[in-house]
Amino acid sequence: MAEEVKLIRTWSSPFALRIVWALKLKGIEFETVLEDLASKSPLLLQSNPVHKKVPVLVHNGKPVSESLVILEYIEETWKEKPLLPEDPYEKASSRFWAKFSDEKLLPSVWTVFISQGNKQEEALVPALENLQFIEEQLEGKKFFGGEKIGLLDLAIGWMADMVSVLEEVTGLKLIQEDKFPLLSAWIEIFADVPEIKESGAPREKLISKFQAIRDAYAATK
Amino acid sequence: MATSDVKLLGAWPSPYVNRVQIVLKLKSVDYEYMEQSFPGKSELLLKSNPVYKKIPVLIHGDKPICESLIIVQYIDEVWNKNGPSLLPSDPYDCAMARFWAAYIDDKWFPIMGELRKAQEEEAKATLIKQAAEGLVLLEEAFLKCSKGKDYFGGESIGYLDIALGSFLGWIKAGEIMSGVKLLDETKTPGLVQWAQRFCSNDVVKDVLPEPEKLIEVLKMIQARLKAAATST
Repeated sequence: MAEEVKLIRTWSSPFALRIVWALKLKGIEFETVLEDLASKSPLLLQSNPVHKKVPVLVHNGKPVSESLVILEYIEETWKEKPLLPEDPYEKASSRFWAKFSDEKLLPSVWTVFISQGNKQEEALVPALENLQFIEEQLEGKKFFGGEKIGLLDLAIGWMADMVSVLEEVTGLKLIQEDKFPLLSAWIEIFADVPEIKESGAPREKLISKFQAIRDAYAATK
Repeated sequence: MATSDVKLLGAWPSPYVNRVQIVLKLKSVDYEYMEQSFPGKSELLLKSNPVYKKIPVLIHGDKPICESLIIVQYIDEVWNKNGPSLLPSDPYDCAMARFWAAYIDDKWFPIMGELRKAQEEEAKATLIKQAAEGLVLLEEAFLKCSKGKDYFGGESIGYLDIALGSFLGWIKAGEIMSGVKLLDETKTPGLVQWAQRFCSNDVVKDVLPEPEKLIEVLKMIQARLKAAATST
């Protein structure tokens, strides 16, 4: 049976980008369906009635939602070029830090970038703490996955272009090289991997988008 | 690795800890249980889970594993020869189990937390409605995942049974305290029967705390919060 793989995504969603990376790294052909979240398509609403969010992977007509669930699904369905380590402890560790990235790291970094003045100073404390935890995970490693990219690299990969865009929009350097040498090095080599490099959203478009979001937050003060 | 070097840091009322206890029992793993007294946090807990400082923490050898559903998968993988796999072998069925477990933890159970804190009747009514709607979704999930069998996992207890089932004590406690039935046989008959089966299962029944005991814990926590609020 011919495989039919569709990815419902938006042009900028970092959660959807992880899925693009996984599919490309595994050499899986797929069709992109671009969504406008202001006007959700019947396909999206039908495929993800519970959350009505992107990304959704539709494999031979069957939808899978929630990016970390999708990554595990891809890993189990297409077993070549594994993204997860074989060792159960290392696997658990990857899963733990991927969850940490979504539940703690990303929200704390986001808060720094939408805040102003004193609130931003306060928001820096947990963000820097969380970044330090992640920095430590890179000890003795090239990628979070070791010698090769793994699931955790994809989960944290939003840092690779998103953080520099946010830094440019706010003028605040969050990941300073002297404080986070391993993370800084990782951002460079991750961003340079061909499948990652060719997938990014246009930088200028991202900058405009986040500038607008930040201005909107500042205006609500 | 010897199973005698397995430790579980836990607290008996925690549904997240109960998940791990159920799985360790299902897989016949010997372990040392270390009850953590609330609200203090032991040095071992802080060292083993510096990120969240929460239970459960499984310590295998000297390696800590945190976050209940990650621990459940870890145990399933390490002791894979002890009984059936907790996750379905079909990748799509497996994704569904993971999806619904994430829904329960990220969306559904937090509603119960809000319900406990809610003061006004209107807020409580809205939350009860949301919780009930969520259970209708889970009823549909049950029918799809169980495929006519006893559990979400099919013939035997699986990952999603454990993810939802661990909250049954708290759901019952909530029903008793509020006088509102959440698991209603007219709305979610499949889940009601599943809940009875799950709670009376040999492996589960000695692990899940009695709702009455959970009510006592809740009253104690509420009293403490009140005391802290009035003393400031």
